[in-house]
Amino acid sequence: MRVLLRSAEGEGFVPPSTKDFELPPIFGDNVYTTKPILLVFLSVILISVFFILSARKAAIVPSKFQFAGESVYSFVRENLAKEVIGHEFMRFVPYLFTLFTFILVNNLFGIIPLIQFPTMSHVSFPYVLALSTYLVFHYVGIRKQGAFKYFKEILFMPGVPKAAYILITPLEILTFFVVRPLTLSLRLFANMFAGHLLLLVFILGGEHLLQGVIGLKLISPFAFAIGIVLTFFEFMVQCLQAYIFTLLAALYIAGALADEH
Amino acid sequence: MQFVNLAAEGKVNPLIPHTAELIVGAIAFTLLFLVLRKFVVPMFEKAFTARTEAIQGGIERAEKAQVEAQRALNQYTEQLSKAQSEAQTLREEARVQGAAIIEDLRAKAQEEAARITAAAHASIEAERQQAVTSLRNEVGALAVELASKIVGEALDDQARQSRIVDRFLEDLEKSK
Repeated sequence: MRVLLRSAEGEGFVPPSTKDFELPPIFGDNVYTTKPILLVFLSVILISVFFILSARKAAIVPSKFQFAGESVYSFVRENLAKEVIGHEFMRFVPYLFTLFTFILVNNLFGIIPLIQFPTMSHVSFPYVLALSTYLVFHYVGIRKQGAFKYFKEILFMPGVPKAAYILITPLEILTFFVVRPLTLSLRLFANMFAGHLLLLVFILGGEHLLQGVIGLKLISPFAFAIGIVLTFFEFMVQCLQAYIFTLLAALYIAGALADEH
Repeated sequence: MQFVNLAAEGKVNPLIPHTAELIVGAIAFTLLFLVLRKFVVPMFEKAFTARTEAIQGGIERAEKAQVEAQRALNQYTEQLSKAQSEAQTLREEARVQGAAIIEDLRAKAQEEAARITAAAHASIEAERQQAVTSLRNEVGALAVELASKIVGEALDDQARQSRIVDRFLEDLEKSK
């Protein structure tokens, strides 16, 4: 698509834009065969196969393969679920584990050679994950405390002077019902989107410089070098975003479970 | 649909979700959740539980062995001290018994000695008595024979003879 665009517009460098994220269906006009959608399915298969094979034996003395899977699992179980949620954590381990591995693998697609597209830079997927988390933590809160008490404590935070409710209540409503799901999804989306755009700028820019006059050709290796450095940087961001999303989900669940907010 | 529209317009708002992607995302995420919950989490939990139990079991076994060893040691110590005190008692008893035996033997020996002495005295007395009797008879006969020789008178009457001898002897004893 880029190649087509460039040849149509001649020599001028077209900076990567949001259009670069709109990939056409691979098979005909079927909108279910775009790259991100196929990648999401691929991630589900990869994660399932990896962890099923890793956990299959459940040996006391783990093989290297089992240890690898176990490390990821116990990271989510201990550092995220247990530490944040407390004694009721076990119920939420499957959800948080799915969330973490799903986001992590889809993020990592952004730097895996040949794939090189972070699925989460398509906002639909973060929307789905944030919505699901939103439903989970409200459901948990209602189940635990009863709908009336749960919403009452959100709207009228206990231990606050009555006059302050004028200010706090609208803020709380905004926080719990709008800001939380929105920031959760947008943070992940924006990080992946910007990261991919940044890589495109340097790598496509380097490529463009290579086609220019001799002076520009000499500069292009620097653009590629920065592109490589940024790839490492992206790797860090991708892991971090998966962690942050899961951590916040755990925090929201913990908040809904707690008696007082 | 959205994709087609936006692409046609040449403008893409990245914040507008694609319907297809929303559906696929929800399905994929749910699917993954179900798979991980059913096949992966229980297995890892099983491994963790088994591991915890193995470690705890090992510690418990070691503790039990230690308690057992301590018990055996106590038992042996107790048995040893019991044996020592028993040996002490036996020695004491033997000493007492030995002393009693010695005492007994000494008493018996003294008694025997006394008995032998008494028997010796008795036999000496009897012999002396015998000697006196036989001496008396012999002296009598000798004296009679002597006297008859001197007097020249036959003293054949037995009764008379013995009367004379007795008288003689009495006189002899009186003069002594």
